[in-house]
Amino acid sequence: METTNVNETIPQSKKDAEKRSKLDFLKRFKRNNENNNHIGGAKSAISSTILILPYILSFFTFIVLPVILAIILSFTNFNAMNFPEFVGLTNYINLFTNDDVFMQKIIPNTIKFSLICGPVGYFLSFFLAWLLAQIPKVPRTILALIIYSPSLTAGVAMQVVWIAIFSGDANGYLNAILLDMGIINEAIQWLQSEEYLMTIMIIVTIWSSMGVGFLAMLSGILNIDSELYEAAYVDGLKNRFQEVAYVTLPSMKPQLLFGAVMAVVNTFQAGSIGVQLSGSNPTPNYAGSLIINHIEDYGYIRYEMGYASAISVVLLIFIYVVSIIIRKILQTKE
Amino acid sequence: MASFQGKKINPKKFHPSQIKFYIFLIPFAIFMAIPIVYMFTTAFKPQEELFKFPPSILVYNPTMDNFKSLFDLFETSSVPASRYLFNSILVTLLTVVISVILSVSAGYVLSKKHFKGQKLLFEINTLALMFVPIAVTIPRFIIIVNLGLIDKFISNILPIIAMPIGLFLVKQFIDQIPDAVIEAARIDGAGEFTILFRVIIPMVKPALATIAILSFQSAWGATEASVYFLNDESLKTFAYYITTFASGTNAATQGVSAASALIMFVPNLIIFIIMQSNVMDTMAYSGIK
Repeated sequence: METTNVNETIPQSKKDAEKRSKLDFLKRFKRNNENNNHIGGAKSAISSTILILPYILSFFTFIVLPVILAIILSFTNFNAMNFPEFVGLTNYINLFTNDDVFMQKIIPNTIKFSLICGPVGYFLSFFLAWLLAQIPKVPRTILALIIYSPSLTAGVAMQVVWIAIFSGDANGYLNAILLDMGIINEAIQWLQSEEYLMTIMIIVTIWSSMGVGFLAMLSGILNIDSELYEAAYVDGLKNRFQEVAYVTLPSMKPQLLFGAVMAVVNTFQAGSIGVQLSGSNPTPNYAGSLIINHIEDYGYIRYEMGYASAISVVLLIFIYVVSIIIRKILQTKE
Repeated sequence: MASFQGKKINPKKFHPSQIKFYIFLIPFAIFMAIPIVYMFTTAFKPQEELFKFPPSILVYNPTMDNFKSLFDLFETSSVPASRYLFNSILVTLLTVVISVILSVSAGYVLSKKHFKGQKLLFEINTLALMFVPIAVTIPRFIIIVNLGLIDKFISNILPIIAMPIGLFLVKQFIDQIPDAVIEAARIDGAGEFTILFRVIIPMVKPALATIAILSFQSAWGATEASVYFLNDESLKTFAYYITTFASGTNAATQGVSAASALIMFVPNLIIFIIMQSNVMDTMAYSGIK
């Protein structure tokens, strides 16, 4: 805080001083604000506002406001035509008591999908990052690029390739290999089958989840001071397992938390993968339908937007709870 | 002897003890690469190789036919493919530039200024890292309607310019710049904008490159606006148009599909390769404390 009054003690250029006196009233007005200002005065307060406002406006309009609106709409009956009609908790009550698909398919699917994809993707990205940290720079960069590149395909681009690989006729790549090797006798409708769709969704999602979180962890491991390891070995570390547990992990907690956040985002962002792969919403017998698909189903196919918003709110609460748990586990104590 | 083991993180050169890591990493990397190799080869396969049984992962007589028919395919529709591609390029360029500027200017204020609600704002932003846009497409649609942006080109861009992860990364990065640097500039008479553009931005280039990559990825692959906010075909993006014919895949269209997937993938890859060292520098400061 010793820098607080830097512009009082250090002489300023004339031009700046003039402007400052003109804005003196504003300075007094914003005294509270200015006293807390690390650097700069009233003029800087105005500039700062100009600088931060565009972000805040777009952040508020397209991220915060939609969440608030979703919460409001979830208490209404809204068909996108008429003005929303307040119905209290009806949507939530229906969701949890009358919506068999939601309780019997969507919720179990979502939990299964996120409980597998999130943690597996997360541990795999740490493990791969740790392995990569053990080899020299050039092979590391090449292998990291290969492992990272699937995450660049997320979304539309890769859908077509997966459909080709898992295509249901004998010409589908996987079918052809399995037929050729004699493992199966006739082509399997991979993406239309209740049995396999979820597994394929999970594999594809994990495959493409070595993204920003993975890079953060790799960078986190590489930046650990090697003296820490030496000191720990002097203190009696015995093997690599102990090295990871007592030095690596504690030294990169901030990156671990960031990686966990990214794993959660990845998992829920991939919500429409089942629909993309199977080509229909709902997916065959809801085998691959996740909560995101249920929102789209009610919101854009049936136009029950109030009800769909209630599902959105449930999803947001779910993500929020997960984030709290993750922070409880990984947050560095100050 | 065990005391030397720790030094093997980030080794300078190859050592036989590293073989065990390669034994796991190389097969794994190959497994990760197969679908991507498949996309590349399929995109260049001629018709007869697409129908070959059993299908091969390699291509023997590479051809550009698939790319040609991809663009011919659009010729028959009312809007030419080049238009979608042009829209995508414009949307991506504008989104990248705007989101980088928004992130860095907000990140500067959030890092080097003190004001009421600052902590709260950063806290909300950190929470929003987990924000999943597809969960709230309905309220977003309502907001777009009320702003009168339905069927406006700008609705491709506006909803995606605020990037919580961008602000987060750049703020962490600016935190590393000593206040003395900024004070020195101020003593020389620099205003906030001069400080931002002449002092801060040159020093946080790696973070900006990272944000640029991330916003490039999100803008280049974005379909939300085309699906929900735009009815006018001539305003939609290339990513959206790939989805319209992706669903009906058989051997005949596989090549075309793979060609379009390649067009979506390659720009992402090239930009990442060019900027990867910047990304790694930024990621060192990515931790959430």
